[in-house]
Amino acid sequence: MTERRVVVTGLGAVGPLGIGLPTTFDALLQGRSGIARIQAFDPSGFDAQIAGQVPDLKIRDFVPRSYRKSAKVMAREITLAIAAAFEAVKDAGIKTRCMVECGAAQPPVDVDSTRLGVNIGAGLICADLTELAGALATSVENEAFSYKEWGREGINNLTPLWLLKYLPNMLTCHVTIVHDAQGPANTITCGEASSHLSIGEAFRTIARGAMDVGIAGGAESKISPMGLIRQSLPGRLATDYNDRPDQACRPFDSERTGMVISEGGGLLILEELQRAQSRDAYIYAELVGFASANDTHDWNTAPDPQGQALALAIRKALAEASLQPEQVDLVVATGNGLPEHDLSEARALHAALGKHAARVPVMATKGALGNNGAGSGAIDLALACQAMRRGVVPPSSNTASPDPKCGLNVVARQPLETGINTILSVSYALSGGQNAALLLRRWQQ
Amino acid sequence: MRRRVVVTGMGWITPMGHDIEHVWQKLLDGGSGIAPTTIFDAATFPTQFSAEVKDFELAAFLQDDFPQHKNASRQVGFALAAARQAWDQSRLDEDHALEPAMVGIYMGSGEGPLDFDNFAVPAVKGWNHQANTLDTCQWAEWAYKSLSPTIEFEQDPNMAIGHLATMFNAQGPGFNCLTACAASTQAIGEATMLIRRGDADVMISGGCHSMIHPMGLTGFCRLTALSTRNDSVQTASRPFDQTRDGFVLGEGAGVLILEELQHAMRRGAPVLGEIIGYGSTADAFRITDIHDEGRGAIAAMRGAVDDAGVSLADVDYISAHGTATQENDKIETLAIRKLFGDRASKIPVSSVKSMLGHLIAAAGAVELITCLLALRDQVIPPTTNYQHPDPNCDLDYVPNKPRKAQLEIVLSNSFGFGGQNDTLLIRTFKP
Repeated sequence: MTERRVVVTGLGAVGPLGIGLPTTFDALLQGRSGIARIQAFDPSGFDAQIAGQVPDLKIRDFVPRSYRKSAKVMAREITLAIAAAFEAVKDAGIKTRCMVECGAAQPPVDVDSTRLGVNIGAGLICADLTELAGALATSVENEAFSYKEWGREGINNLTPLWLLKYLPNMLTCHVTIVHDAQGPANTITCGEASSHLSIGEAFRTIARGAMDVGIAGGAESKISPMGLIRQSLPGRLATDYNDRPDQACRPFDSERTGMVISEGGGLLILEELQRAQSRDAYIYAELVGFASANDTHDWNTAPDPQGQALALAIRKALAEASLQPEQVDLVVATGNGLPEHDLSEARALHAALGKHAARVPVMATKGALGNNGAGSGAIDLALACQAMRRGVVPPSSNTASPDPKCGLNVVARQPLETGINTILSVSYALSGGQNAALLLRRWQQ
Repeated sequence: MRRRVVVTGMGWITPMGHDIEHVWQKLLDGGSGIAPTTIFDAATFPTQFSAEVKDFELAAFLQDDFPQHKNASRQVGFALAAARQAWDQSRLDEDHALEPAMVGIYMGSGEGPLDFDNFAVPAVKGWNHQANTLDTCQWAEWAYKSLSPTIEFEQDPNMAIGHLATMFNAQGPGFNCLTACAASTQAIGEATMLIRRGDADVMISGGCHSMIHPMGLTGFCRLTALSTRNDSVQTASRPFDQTRDGFVLGEGAGVLILEELQHAMRRGAPVLGEIIGYGSTADAFRITDIHDEGRGAIAAMRGAVDDAGVSLADVDYISAHGTATQENDKIETLAIRKLFGDRASKIPVSSVKSMLGHLIAAAGAVELITCLLALRDQVIPPTTNYQHPDPNCDLDYVPNKPRKAQLEIVLSNSFGFGGQNDTLLIRTFKP
């Protein structure tokens, strides 16, 4: 059975370095950091008080006027996804209902809605604590929370649609509504691996003919008291850098101590090759390989020191694409700046790529962007597509003294000008054991 | 020729019991898993009952494997126990040629129950009544003391696949989707696609969920989605009945072993049925309402039938989403009517949610298992609590009593909040 070919024709990202993929890419090239003290709430009571926050995001800029009132049922994650989707669709030059109704494109709509699908990775969405704690605090007896009071009166302090803000599939659902995407729709929830799994699944959905265009990637925000403490409790965060946030996250560096939380969304437009060609779309890359694999080691305590599952995913993806390790020109690593996880990831790359692992340039963005969870992988992948187009790889922040145990050629200090034909992008869930690898090739007739 | 995907094992943990045959018999007898809520004090909530899993002990299912999974959340425990049953039935342990890298997992698992009591402490202590706002410093002080990193992470929706992978050494593809009430139907559909394509030979697939916790119940109460018949809980879930007033919140897990046909034949595995079609669509309509003409539901059913390469006339029975909300049942009926035309009245349609309640993310997998059992025994489980015909719901709902029927192809629907529609089509296995 022959599969249809799938290409990337649009990139959209929102992150701590700005709205839009080119803005983020240029800021990274300039070595700017998106990490700063948390503004969204007073973080003084936490051991880590810094994050990568998205500046000045207004939902009104990304939805038709008639949809603005829906903002009240949107958690931050939903807003991020909608903004990234808008950017991606705009970049692809596809006239969805949203683009036409927003005045961003001339009518008519030029995509068959039933052939347009959405697949957005998401995390656990933390409830707005100001809203929820305020409601819970009304139901107290003897200084403790009372179920009886809550059931009788307290629950009415929450808006009727409260739950709908927090269902992880609402990122996808809002995007389907705004863009009138009636095709296959899914929400993958596998931690940091979600973006890659969503893009991989959308790639397959187009390849087998169930849709022609896919909006795929992920979005998440970890910037809330609950989001922060869930990373702080297991000791994952860099806690010694509250006074110099831009230096906190140090991917593959000898001095790395932990990660930095952030928020953001990345979405790619995937398109069936002939459709993209027939409309003369700019083709960033062709998707040529995808695989996922489970870590069956006891991931509860620490990552597999050998990174075997990630290595398996990479090998499977290379085999699908009929590529040799030496043909990979750029590796997009996860590089969260966590001592054990970075080492595990590096060992996976060595296991799968052999000697080439020490030579191939590695792009790592977390030093400047932090880790937002489900959205980071797609932002990285979008940045890598841009790197291929521009022939330059942005440097990793804070990889000042690369860890010899990791033994990777991380692009640091200066941008690297280089021709790129093949990109390997990897990701893994920090807990849960999911791993994924994607391979992209420069498009050639 | 595309690779065919068959079912070689199934297991569930449900509000009506924990093994396949026992629960199936109760479903044919028109039983009920619904009772007053006991997991927490719901006595003053608008809805005070639910379909809880009762007398569940994970250790009894896992035995020697239990210590490694002792921290599993309630719902992940359901998934592990259901998967143990499915795996044992498939006899994959006896297959010495099994390749771990070709065994994958695709679950539609929900988020784990919120650690509510420990969550409420900092919320209450951190609230500044004078300023009417949250004092995040105070909140953090109490949160560091009361929250546990393990319990927090075990709530993540990808934990079920994480635990399952270690228990069954499943090193192949790993996915979890969370598309609300459609999740496990979608998971099984996508798992089928992975096997068809050749990315795996065996997939552990299904779903698990428990939203019977204070915030889950609160959320659904506020949406006014739940039945409030506190005085007659066992007849509260009334799919397609004119007096229906909402669904009954349930919990549980359903897990299937999906396998490529040749792989199953090679090892002489029990073949319980074939997955022949999958359709997935979005309503793209409203967050709060189903599309009023059933556009997405029709497209999902049509998609599954087309994918299977059969015709609408071949569908012998429809396992409805049938939640017993006014809106769902009316529009699902309309969608079936529009798609199947005159033949719609002749197709039996039933909803086991009348007995099991609504298992949310796990609902689709549990219902698909009932469809496989219906094929095996050539009998359709009833829609119970059906007394008052609704002019808007005018199909044959197999009211109150099971029915013998000749079944070969069965269609199962799951629709999620936000307009996610997924349909599976299964068939009696014929070599």
